Amino acid sequence: MIAPTIRVENLRCGYGKRVLLDDINFSIEAGEVVTILGGSGCGKSTLLKHLIGLYKPMSGRIEIGGDDFVGASGALRERILRRFGVMYQSGALFGSMTVLENVRLPLESFSDLDEKSIDLVARLKLRQVGLEDFAAFLPSELSGGMQKRAAIARAMVLDPAILFLDEPSAGLDPVTSAGLDALIRRLAEIQGMTIVVVTHELASIAAIADRAIMLDRDAQGIIAVGTPAELAEHTDPRVRRFFLREPENHLTGS
Amino acid sequence: MDTTPPFASLDACPPGSDADFALSGRLELSTVSALWQETRQRIAGPTRIDASKVSACDGAGAALLFDLHRQGARIAGLRPEFQRLLDSLEPDKPFAPGKLAHRKPLLIRAGQFLHDWLLELRQQITFTGAIAADLADLVRHPRNLRWQDFLRQCELTGANALPIISLIAFLIGVILAFQSALPLRQFGAEIFVANLLGLSLVREMGPLITAILLAGRTGAAFAAEIGTMKVNEEVNALTTFGFDPVRFLVLPRLLAGLLMAPLLTACAEIVGLVAGALVLEGFGIPFNTFFHQVASSTNLADFVGGMVKAAVFGLEIAAIGCLRGLATGAGASAVGSSTTRAVVQTLVILVVTDGLFAMLYYYLKI
Ligand SMILES: Nc1ncnc2c1ncn2[C@@H]1O[C@H](COP(=O)(O)OP(=O)(O)O)[C@@H](O)[C@H]1O
Ligand SMILES: [Mg+2]
Repeated sequence: MIAPTIRVENLRCGYGKRVLLDDINFSIEAGEVVTILGGSGCGKSTLLKHLIGLYKPMSGRIEIGGDDFVGASGALRERILRRFGVMYQSGALFGSMTVLENVRLPLESFSDLDEKSIDLVARLKLRQVGLEDFAAFLPSELSGGMQKRAAIARAMVLDPAILFLDEPSAGLDPVTSAGLDALIRRLAEIQGMTIVVVTHELASIAAIADRAIMLDRDAQGIIAVGTPAELAEHTDPRVRRFFLREPENHLTGS
Repeated sequence: MDTTPPFASLDACPPGSDADFALSGRLELSTVSALWQETRQRIAGPTRIDASKVSACDGAGAALLFDLHRQGARIAGLRPEFQRLLDSLEPDKPFAPGKLAHRKPLLIRAGQFLHDWLLELRQQITFTGAIAADLADLVRHPRNLRWQDFLRQCELTGANALPIISLIAFLIGVILAFQSALPLRQFGAEIFVANLLGLSLVREMGPLITAILLAGRTGAAFAAEIGTMKVNEEVNALTTFGFDPVRFLVLPRLLAGLLMAPLLTACAEIVGLVAGALVLEGFGIPFNTFFHQVASSTNLADFVGGMVKAAVFGLEIAAIGCLRGLATGAGASAVGSSTTRAVVQTLVILVVTDGLFAMLYYYLKI
């Protein structure tokens, strides 16, 4: 069994020769809900894609459950990946399958449940994200926010040890968004899932996060780590701006 | 953290106790499968289940409890957090009945097919009209064309297709020359290979081979590119900005097809003839003699006829590719099916058009 912990040491990542984030260090404990914050384009999705092994970092170390993940290959890598649930920023649902088929797919391949049970588990996941009436729809027939919720249902269908969500509440109304926050907290508290969420929603951060990690584009790295309450009181002006929703100087012209 | 080994079981309780069955262990995705089947066999109707020894419960475990609850079992003694998990699934709320797509009767399906077919025909006529109107408009206001786009499409459609078209034309030239030279040699008439090659390449093979390659290479690309733009709502964005998608996307491609197909055909014919000449060189007929023979047996009308045909082919390939692209539905698979249909429809139309041209040229005595 892979323990649901993440440790990142001296990570440097980017695309091609362009370094986006440098000297990234943090660790996430089992059952923790951690949010990654930062301005648009600062590399939040990039960091997430490195954590789930889609890209190899330029240098540094990523440990999942105490095992080196960057250098892992074969069975170990497979075993780690199997314990991940990922929701991509764009949803990334399979367009030729209905919503229900999208959610069923991982169960059909990676569990030994029978047909009836698979159907029930998948439908319950859709119920949890409020989409049970849309099971037979194609992703292209859903709104952007609904596609995201379907993608969350698919990400958690195998009860992963670590769940990665890239901006789950973008495009959702406050009520649905709050329902999602409650779901995230339940997953962490009852099932002990470790959850890494990229989000901009101040309300969500306060509601779900045990800790928040704040990135900055100019600093090319982490500028603050702490509980939501700590960050809200932070002295760094860049952090304050984020929590007070102030525009940056070059936008106000001052 | 709970460290009991992953295990879950269902045991019958001794008669006289509060419950009929006792659930225990870890109800997790990796353990519930067998348990679930066991419950289906052993539990039916209202039973009482003692779940106080359940030590872990994940989404799949909660689904099992949900299923038991739905069958009428009363589950007692669940830890509060697991009870909360189960409650969050709203076990008393029935599922909306899954809509099963059942097959419609034959008559309705036939009607649907005809309806779709007529709709598509209408779409094609509308599209042809739009193209014609825009082309007429273009003649009056040539500045309205996005020339930059047009030149780029010419490069993609024409220049970049040259290597593959030359390769295939060379192959066809060699094959035609060699296969006809062998029997003709028995009569000492190898020289007439030049007549055969010249006429067939210039009138038929050149335009047709180029068109087939263009259909696969360019028509498919147009359908896929415009189809993807449609899926990503880029076409909608164009419309909102007041750009006419036909003028913006289709016209440059159409003109590129119209212009490049004859040019590529001419190249294919030259390459094919050179290939034939090389083969006949091996049969002892010099280059010069070969080309003299070609020139004397093939006239300008043959060549122009071939070029006109090639231009029409080019127009059709581009138009069908663009139309299928614009008619793309939603989703990634729609782009695939648009592309397939573009190529298939183009090939059918090419054959039909070629037949029409053959009849036309026969009556015009070209
Ligand atoms: N596949 C890619 N190739 C090259 N650059 C990329 C790629 N994806 C993102 N970027 C760049 O990386 C930066 C950060 O992107 P991203 O991590 O998506 O930001 P965000 O924090 O908004 O999620 C952006 O400047 C973007 O241009
Ligand atoms: Mg992002």
